Amino acid sequence: MHIPDGYLGPITYGSLWAAVIPIWIYASKKVKELLKASQVPLLALSAAFSFVIMMFNVPLPGGTTGHATGATLIAILIGPWPAVIALSIALIVQALIFGDGGITAIGANCFNMGFAGVLAGYGIYRLVAGVRGQGSGVRRTRQLIGAGIGAYAGINLAAFLTAVELGIQPLLHTGADGRPLYSPFPLSITIPAIMLEHLFLFGIVEAVVTVSVLLYIKKSHPELIRG
Amino acid sequence: MANLKFKIQNSKFRKLWIGIAILIILSPVGLILPELLKAGGAWGEWGADEVEKIAGYVPRGLKKLSELWKVPIPDYAFSGWEQGLKSYIGYIFSGIIGAALVIGVSILIGKIFAGKNGNS
Repeated sequence: MHIPDGYLGPITYGSLWAAVIPIWIYASKKVKELLKASQVPLLALSAAFSFVIMMFNVPLPGGTTGHATGATLIAILIGPWPAVIALSIALIVQALIFGDGGITAIGANCFNMGFAGVLAGYGIYRLVAGVRGQGSGVRRTRQLIGAGIGAYAGINLAAFLTAVELGIQPLLHTGADGRPLYSPFPLSITIPAIMLEHLFLFGIVEAVVTVSVLLYIKKSHPELIRG
Repeated sequence: MANLKFKIQNSKFRKLWIGIAILIILSPVGLILPELLKAGGAWGEWGADEVEKIAGYVPRGLKKLSELWKVPIPDYAFSGWEQGLKSYIGYIFSGIIGAALVIGVSILIGKIFAGKNGNS
Protein backbone atom coordinates (compact mmCIF):
# COMPACT_ATOMS: atom_id res chain seq x y z
CA MET A 1 0.00 0.00 0.00
CA HIS A 2 3.08 2.28 0.02
CA ILE A 3 2.72 4.30 -3.18
CA PRO A 4 6.17 4.73 -4.79
CA ASP A 5 7.48 7.86 -6.54
CA GLY A 6 6.18 8.22 -10.08
CA TYR A 7 2.81 6.55 -9.64
CA LEU A 8 0.99 9.75 -8.67
CA GLY A 9 1.04 12.87 -10.80
CA PRO A 10 1.65 16.32 -9.28
CA ILE A 11 -2.07 17.13 -8.85
CA THR A 12 -2.63 14.12 -6.63
CA TYR A 13 0.60 14.06 -4.64
CA GLY A 14 0.46 17.86 -4.26
CA SER A 15 -3.13 17.79 -2.95
CA LEU A 16 -2.32 15.04 -0.49
CA TRP A 17 0.76 16.88 0.82
CA ALA A 18 -1.50 19.94 1.21
CA ALA A 19 -4.03 17.81 3.08
CA VAL A 20 -1.58 16.11 5.41
CA ILE A 21 0.33 19.18 6.64
CA PRO A 22 -2.65 20.71 8.51
CA ILE A 23 -3.40 17.21 9.84
CA TRP A 24 0.15 17.01 11.26
CA ILE A 25 -0.19 20.49 12.80
CA TYR A 26 -3.53 19.60 14.41
CA ALA A 27 -2.20 16.22 15.59
CA SER A 28 0.85 17.93 17.15
CA LYS A 29 -1.47 20.30 19.05
CA LYS A 30 -3.47 17.33 20.31
CA VAL A 31 -0.26 15.57 21.35
CA LYS A 32 0.69 18.67 23.35
CA GLU A 33 -2.72 18.64 25.05
CA LEU A 34 -3.13 14.95 25.68
CA LEU A 35 0.20 13.14 25.77
CA LYS A 36 1.94 13.26 29.13
CA ALA A 37 5.73 13.30 29.35
CA SER A 38 5.55 9.83 30.87
CA GLN A 39 3.86 8.58 27.69
CA VAL A 40 6.65 9.63 25.32
CA PRO A 41 8.30 6.16 25.46
CA LEU A 42 4.91 4.75 24.48
CA LEU A 43 4.80 7.03 21.43
CA ALA A 44 8.27 5.74 20.48
CA LEU A 45 7.25 2.12 21.11
CA SER A 46 4.16 2.59 18.95
CA ALA A 47 6.04 4.14 16.04
CA ALA A 48 8.68 1.39 16.25
CA PHE A 49 5.98 -1.28 16.34
CA SER A 50 4.31 0.15 13.25
CA PHE A 51 7.66 0.31 11.43
CA VAL A 52 8.58 -3.26 12.32
CA ILE A 53 5.17 -4.88 11.76
CA MET A 54 5.16 -3.47 8.21
CA MET A 55 8.35 -5.51 7.54
CA PHE A 56 6.31 -8.70 7.97
CA ASN A 57 5.18 -9.17 4.39
CA VAL A 58 2.32 -11.65 4.29
CA PRO A 59 2.21 -13.56 1.00
CA LEU A 60 -0.83 -14.22 -1.11
CA PRO A 61 0.44 -17.54 -2.52
CA GLY A 62 1.52 -17.11 -6.13
CA GLY A 63 0.47 -13.46 -6.01
CA THR A 64 1.39 -10.32 -4.13
CA THR A 65 2.27 -9.47 -0.54
CA GLY A 66 0.78 -7.13 2.03
CA HIS A 67 1.22 -6.33 5.71
CA ALA A 68 -0.47 -5.06 8.85
CA THR A 69 0.06 -1.42 9.93
CA GLY A 70 -0.93 -1.45 13.61
CA ALA A 71 -2.91 1.79 13.08
CA THR A 72 -6.01 0.95 15.13
CA LEU A 73 -4.03 -0.83 17.84
CA ILE A 74 -1.81 2.21 18.34
CA ALA A 75 -4.81 4.57 18.38
CA ILE A 76 -6.39 2.48 21.13
CA LEU A 77 -3.17 2.57 23.18
CA ILE A 78 -2.05 6.19 22.84
CA GLY A 79 -5.09 7.96 21.33
CA PRO A 80 -5.89 8.63 17.67
CA TRP A 81 -3.92 11.89 17.18
CA PRO A 82 -0.69 10.67 18.77
CA ALA A 83 -1.20 7.57 16.60
CA VAL A 84 -1.31 9.79 13.49
CA ILE A 85 2.11 11.15 14.51
CA ALA A 86 3.51 7.66 15.30
CA LEU A 87 2.42 6.18 11.95
CA SER A 88 3.66 9.24 10.05
CA ILE A 89 7.13 8.97 11.64
CA ALA A 90 7.33 5.30 10.62
CA LEU A 91 6.14 6.04 7.07
CA ILE A 92 8.55 8.95 6.60
CA VAL A 93 11.57 6.89 7.75
CA GLN A 94 10.46 4.08 5.40
CA ALA A 95 10.30 6.51 2.46
CA LEU A 96 13.53 8.45 3.12
CA ILE A 97 15.82 5.59 4.11
CA PHE A 98 14.39 2.44 2.53
CA GLY A 99 12.45 3.72 -0.49
CA ASP A 100 9.35 1.95 0.85
CA GLY A 101 6.84 4.46 -0.46
CA GLY A 102 7.95 7.46 -2.50
CA ILE A 103 9.13 10.82 -1.22
CA THR A 104 6.65 12.73 -3.40
CA ALA A 105 4.05 10.24 -2.11
CA ILE A 106 4.76 10.81 1.61
CA GLY A 107 1.66 13.01 1.77
CA ALA A 108 -0.48 10.32 0.14
CA ASN A 109 0.84 7.42 2.21
CA CYS A 110 0.60 9.36 5.48
CA PHE A 111 -2.93 10.44 4.57
CA ASN A 112 -4.09 6.92 3.67
CA MET A 113 -2.42 4.75 6.31
CA GLY A 114 -1.43 7.31 8.93
CA PHE A 115 -4.61 9.39 9.06
CA ALA A 116 -7.68 7.85 7.37
CA GLY A 117 -6.84 4.31 8.53
CA VAL A 118 -6.15 5.46 12.09
CA LEU A 119 -9.24 7.64 12.56
CA ALA A 120 -11.67 5.23 10.87
CA GLY A 121 -10.32 2.28 12.84
CA TYR A 122 -10.42 4.15 16.12
CA GLY A 123 -13.90 5.60 15.45
CA ILE A 124 -15.34 2.15 14.85
CA TYR A 125 -13.55 0.81 17.93
CA ARG A 126 -15.14 3.56 20.06
CA LEU A 127 -18.61 2.87 18.65
CA VAL A 128 -18.43 -0.86 19.35
CA ALA A 129 -16.53 -0.68 22.65
CA GLY A 130 -18.99 1.80 24.18
CA VAL A 131 -18.28 3.42 27.56
CA ARG A 132 -14.65 3.90 28.51
CA GLY A 133 -13.03 2.06 31.38
CA GLN A 134 -11.23 -1.08 32.34
CA GLY A 135 -12.85 -3.94 30.56
CA SER A 136 -14.25 -7.05 32.16
CA GLY A 137 -16.98 -9.41 30.98
CA VAL A 138 -19.23 -7.95 28.29
CA ARG A 139 -17.28 -4.69 28.11
CA ARG A 140 -14.01 -6.55 27.56
CA THR A 141 -15.58 -8.60 24.75
CA ARG A 142 -16.95 -5.46 23.13
CA GLN A 143 -13.52 -3.81 23.28
CA LEU A 144 -11.84 -6.77 21.61
CA ILE A 145 -14.52 -7.12 18.91
CA GLY A 146 -14.43 -3.36 18.33
CA ALA A 147 -10.64 -3.44 17.97
CA GLY A 148 -10.84 -6.28 15.44
CA ILE A 149 -13.58 -4.69 13.32
CA GLY A 150 -11.95 -1.25 13.56
CA ALA A 151 -8.56 -2.63 12.46
CA TYR A 152 -10.16 -4.51 9.55
CA ALA A 153 -12.15 -1.47 8.42
CA GLY A 154 -9.27 0.97 8.92
CA ILE A 155 -6.77 -0.87 6.76
CA ASN A 156 -9.43 -1.45 4.10
CA LEU A 157 -10.27 2.26 4.00
CA ALA A 158 -6.56 3.03 3.57
CA ALA A 159 -6.36 0.43 0.79
CA PHE A 160 -9.44 1.87 -0.93
CA LEU A 161 -8.02 5.41 -0.88
CA THR A 162 -4.75 4.06 -2.31
CA ALA A 163 -6.64 2.27 -5.09
CA VAL A 164 -8.64 5.40 -5.97
CA GLU A 165 -5.57 7.67 -5.96
CA LEU A 166 -3.73 5.26 -8.27
CA GLY A 167 -6.75 4.59 -10.47
CA ILE A 168 -7.51 8.24 -11.26
CA GLN A 169 -4.02 8.86 -12.70
CA PRO A 170 -4.91 7.82 -16.29
CA LEU A 171 -7.85 10.28 -16.10
CA LEU A 172 -5.71 13.16 -14.82
CA HIS A 173 -2.50 12.92 -16.82
CA THR A 174 -1.97 11.64 -20.35
CA GLY A 175 0.83 12.47 -22.76
CA ALA A 176 0.47 13.76 -26.34
CA ASP A 177 0.27 10.13 -27.50
CA GLY A 178 -2.76 9.53 -25.28
CA ARG A 179 -0.84 7.23 -22.94
CA PRO A 180 -0.96 7.75 -19.17
CA LEU A 181 2.04 9.67 -17.79
CA TYR A 182 1.96 8.18 -14.30
CA SER A 183 0.29 5.04 -12.90
CA PRO A 184 -1.18 3.48 -16.07
CA PHE A 185 -3.88 1.30 -14.49
CA PRO A 186 -7.52 2.48 -14.45
CA LEU A 187 -9.90 2.33 -11.47
CA SER A 188 -11.46 -0.84 -12.91
CA ILE A 189 -8.11 -2.57 -12.29
CA THR A 190 -6.75 -0.84 -9.18
CA ILE A 191 -9.88 -1.19 -7.03
CA PRO A 192 -10.42 -4.95 -7.47
CA ALA A 193 -6.68 -5.71 -7.37
CA ILE A 194 -6.03 -3.85 -4.13
CA MET A 195 -9.40 -4.36 -2.42
CA LEU A 196 -9.80 -8.11 -2.91
CA GLU A 197 -6.43 -8.87 -1.29
CA HIS A 198 -7.14 -6.52 1.62
CA LEU A 199 -10.75 -7.61 2.16
CA PHE A 200 -9.87 -11.31 2.13
CA LEU A 201 -6.36 -11.48 3.58
CA PHE A 202 -4.44 -8.41 4.75
CA GLY A 203 -7.47 -6.93 6.57
CA ILE A 204 -7.82 -10.16 8.53
CA VAL A 205 -4.08 -10.12 9.32
CA GLU A 206 -4.44 -6.57 10.67
CA ALA A 207 -7.42 -7.59 12.83
CA VAL A 208 -5.62 -10.66 14.21
CA VAL A 209 -2.44 -8.68 15.02
CA THR A 210 -4.51 -5.95 16.72
CA VAL A 211 -6.60 -8.26 18.88
CA SER A 212 -3.64 -10.49 19.85
CA VAL A 213 -1.40 -7.60 20.92
CA LEU A 214 -4.33 -6.01 22.75
CA LEU A 215 -5.01 -9.26 24.63
CA TYR A 216 -1.34 -9.42 25.62
CA ILE A 217 -1.24 -5.78 26.76
CA LYS A 218 -4.48 -6.21 28.74
CA LYS A 219 -2.59 -8.83 30.72
CA SER A 220 0.89 -7.31 30.95
CA HIS A 221 0.03 -3.58 31.16
CA PRO A 222 -3.74 -3.26 31.84
CA GLU A 223 -3.27 0.39 32.87
CA LEU A 224 -2.40 1.28 29.27
CA ILE A 225 -5.88 0.52 27.95
CA ARG A 226 -8.09 3.46 28.68
CA GLY A 227 -11.05 1.69 27.15
CA MET B 1 16.48 14.05 36.58
CA ALA B 2 14.80 13.88 33.20
CA ASN B 3 17.20 11.18 32.19
CA LEU B 4 16.49 9.15 35.30
CA LYS B 5 12.76 9.50 34.80
CA PHE B 6 13.14 8.29 31.26
CA LYS B 7 15.05 5.24 32.41
CA ILE B 8 12.37 4.35 34.95
CA GLN B 9 9.69 4.71 32.32
CA ASN B 10 11.72 2.55 30.02
CA SER B 11 11.90 -0.21 32.56
CA LYS B 12 8.14 0.04 33.04
CA PHE B 13 7.71 -0.89 29.36
CA ARG B 14 10.66 -3.28 29.33
CA LYS B 15 8.60 -6.23 28.14
CA LEU B 16 7.23 -4.21 25.23
CA TRP B 17 10.73 -3.07 24.17
CA ILE B 18 11.85 -6.71 24.27
CA GLY B 19 8.81 -7.50 22.11
CA ILE B 20 10.01 -4.99 19.47
CA ALA B 21 13.50 -6.55 19.55
CA ILE B 22 12.05 -10.04 19.06
CA LEU B 23 9.96 -8.80 16.13
CA ILE B 24 13.09 -7.33 14.50
CA ILE B 25 14.98 -10.62 14.90
CA LEU B 26 12.01 -12.51 13.42
CA SER B 27 11.49 -9.97 10.60
CA PRO B 28 13.17 -12.12 7.90
CA VAL B 29 9.99 -14.23 8.09
CA GLY B 30 8.54 -11.34 6.06
CA LEU B 31 11.04 -12.20 3.30
CA ILE B 32 11.16 -15.99 3.61
CA LEU B 33 7.40 -16.71 3.59
CA PRO B 34 6.75 -14.78 0.35
CA GLU B 35 9.77 -16.53 -1.25
CA LEU B 36 8.46 -19.97 -0.23
CA LEU B 37 4.94 -19.23 -1.45
CA LYS B 38 6.12 -17.58 -4.67
CA ALA B 39 4.52 -14.25 -3.92
CA GLY B 40 6.00 -11.14 -5.52
CA GLY B 41 6.03 -7.61 -4.09
CA ALA B 42 2.98 -5.60 -3.10
CA TRP B 43 0.49 -4.66 -5.83
CA GLY B 44 1.39 -1.34 -7.40
CA GLU B 45 4.83 -1.06 -5.78
CA TRP B 46 6.81 -2.18 -8.83
CA GLY B 47 9.91 -0.51 -10.22
CA ALA B 48 9.76 1.10 -13.68
CA ASP B 49 11.13 -2.05 -15.39
CA GLU B 50 8.38 -4.22 -13.87
CA VAL B 51 5.71 -1.72 -14.91
CA GLU B 52 7.07 -2.08 -18.44
CA LYS B 53 6.59 -5.85 -18.27
CA ILE B 54 3.00 -5.50 -17.04
CA ALA B 55 1.75 -2.52 -19.05
CA GLY B 56 3.98 -2.95 -22.11
CA TYR B 57 5.63 0.48 -21.71
CA VAL B 58 6.98 2.81 -19.03
CA PRO B 59 4.87 5.94 -18.55
CA ARG B 60 7.19 8.94 -19.05
CA GLY B 61 6.26 10.80 -15.86
CA LEU B 62 6.60 7.62 -13.82
CA LYS B 63 10.11 7.02 -15.12
CA LYS B 64 11.20 10.60 -14.48
CA LEU B 65 9.80 10.83 -10.93
CA SER B 66 11.03 7.38 -9.93
CA GLU B 67 14.60 8.37 -10.88
CA LEU B 68 14.64 11.64 -8.93
CA TRP B 69 16.66 10.32 -6.02
CA LYS B 70 18.32 7.28 -4.55
CA VAL B 71 17.63 6.23 -0.98
CA PRO B 72 20.45 4.85 1.23
CA ILE B 73 19.06 1.31 1.73
CA PRO B 74 16.57 0.52 -1.06
CA ASP B 75 14.10 -2.27 -0.20
CA TYR B 76 15.76 -2.90 3.19
CA ALA B 77 18.71 -4.57 1.37
CA PHE B 78 22.38 -3.58 1.41
CA SER B 79 24.09 -3.59 -1.96
CA GLY B 80 25.64 -6.97 -2.68
CA TRP B 81 23.48 -8.49 0.06
CA GLU B 82 20.24 -8.83 -1.91
CA GLN B 83 19.95 -12.63 -1.99
CA GLY B 84 19.60 -15.56 0.40
CA LEU B 85 21.01 -15.57 3.93
CA LYS B 86 22.75 -12.21 3.45
CA SER B 87 19.44 -10.59 2.54
CA TYR B 88 17.92 -11.90 5.80
CA ILE B 89 20.81 -10.50 7.84
CA GLY B 90 20.55 -7.20 5.96
CA TYR B 91 16.81 -7.14 6.67
CA ILE B 92 17.47 -7.46 10.41
CA PHE B 93 20.07 -4.65 10.25
CA SER B 94 17.56 -2.53 8.33
CA GLY B 95 15.03 -3.25 11.07
CA ILE B 96 17.52 -2.14 13.73
CA ILE B 97 18.49 1.04 11.85
CA GLY B 98 14.89 1.90 10.97
CA ALA B 99 13.53 1.23 14.46
CA ALA B 100 16.37 3.25 16.03
CA LEU B 101 15.61 6.22 13.76
CA VAL B 102 11.88 5.97 14.37
CA ILE B 103 12.42 5.78 18.14
CA GLY B 104 14.86 8.71 18.10
CA VAL B 105 12.52 10.95 16.09
CA SER B 106 9.53 9.97 18.25
CA ILE B 107 11.36 10.81 21.47
CA LEU B 108 12.50 14.12 20.01
CA ILE B 109 8.98 15.03 18.89
CA GLY B 110 7.53 13.72 22.15
CA LYS B 111 9.96 15.89 24.16
CA ILE B 112 9.09 18.97 22.12
CA PHE B 113 5.34 18.54 22.26
CA ALA B 114 4.50 16.49 25.32
CA GLY B 115 7.23 17.67 27.72
CA LYS B 116 5.28 20.36 29.55
CA ASN B 117 2.41 18.26 30.70
CA GLY B 118 3.20 16.86 34.12
CA ASN B 119 3.73 13.25 34.93
CA SER B 120 0.49 11.92 36.38
